[in-house]
Amino acid sequence: MDVEAAKLIGAGLATLGFVGPGIGIGLIWAALINSVGRNPAAAGAITTTAWVSFALVEALAIFALAIALLILFG
Amino acid sequence: MAEKHNPLEQFEIQTLIPIRLGNLDISFTNSSAFMVLAVAAVAILMILAVRPRASIPGRWQILAELSYEFIARLVSDNIGKDGKPYFSLIFTIFMFILFGNFLGMLPYSFTFTSHIAVTLSMALVIFVLVTIIAFFKHGTRFFSFFLPAGVPIFLAPLLIVIEVISYFTRPFSLSIRLFANMMAGHTLLKVVGGFVFPLGILGFVPLAGLVAITGLEFLIAFLQAYIFTILTCIYINDAINLH
Repeated sequence: MDVEAAKLIGAGLATLGFVGPGIGIGLIWAALINSVGRNPAAAGAITTTAWVSFALVEALAIFALAIALLILFG
Repeated sequence: MAEKHNPLEQFEIQTLIPIRLGNLDISFTNSSAFMVLAVAAVAILMILAVRPRASIPGRWQILAELSYEFIARLVSDNIGKDGKPYFSLIFTIFMFILFGNFLGMLPYSFTFTSHIAVTLSMALVIFVLVTIIAFFKHGTRFFSFFLPAGVPIFLAPLLIVIEVISYFTRPFSLSIRLFANMMAGHTLLKVVGGFVFPLGILGFVPLAGLVAITGLEFLIAFLQAYIFTILTCIYINDAINLH
């Protein structure tokens, strides 16, 4: 297999890393909706925490994207 | 096909003023130039905006006061009263990263936070500082940090190893998160931007996507500065209060 083709396949495989963060971000927002529905008065405090957790999980997806881009163009 | 552009070109370091110190290359690069620019912008904003000291603040003064209060609340929420001495450090870190990220969003500018050398050195300074604070405050009692209270003793060998590893990976996770976010975001902008002209009349589709991603990137730029700051707060809190 030539290197160019292997690079493209590798970049495609690297995007599999989006699966986990996708589930994680879904869980975070689901938990946020649940808890705000139960206790709307606490929405402000919970939303801040949700954004922080979102950024922590989203960083993992970004790692996969960075790897894919580095394989393609690096 | 048009000439090939590499989306990673934007991260290239160019020497502006070459300076050599023995074998060390300490040239003034475009990265350093943008760091100086960020520091100057923050200093000008904070000094000039609060100069009037008006009891009814103008727009600039409101901006400066809002950012001050934002970080002051963050510090008091996460560290408590003992966090007061570290406020200036945390505020500086936040403004420096925030301006670095936002200056990078200007077209043809350079994002110094997209380089691991920059973010890792910031994270290592924080890591060393936090460890020194912990040793000064607690002496050897600091080692109890690695074994949370109330844990069954037969779990100790496993738990201590895990806690020590997680303590030493802190600077790396902190720096890689910021650097990878910035690098991937800016590369993505360039890649999507590369679709606009070759598609001709259909180019408005990736253009709309580009506008949306630019908005997302502004959110990420703020969010990552915030995350870096809040994690610094949490680490300092760990050092002061030991769990």
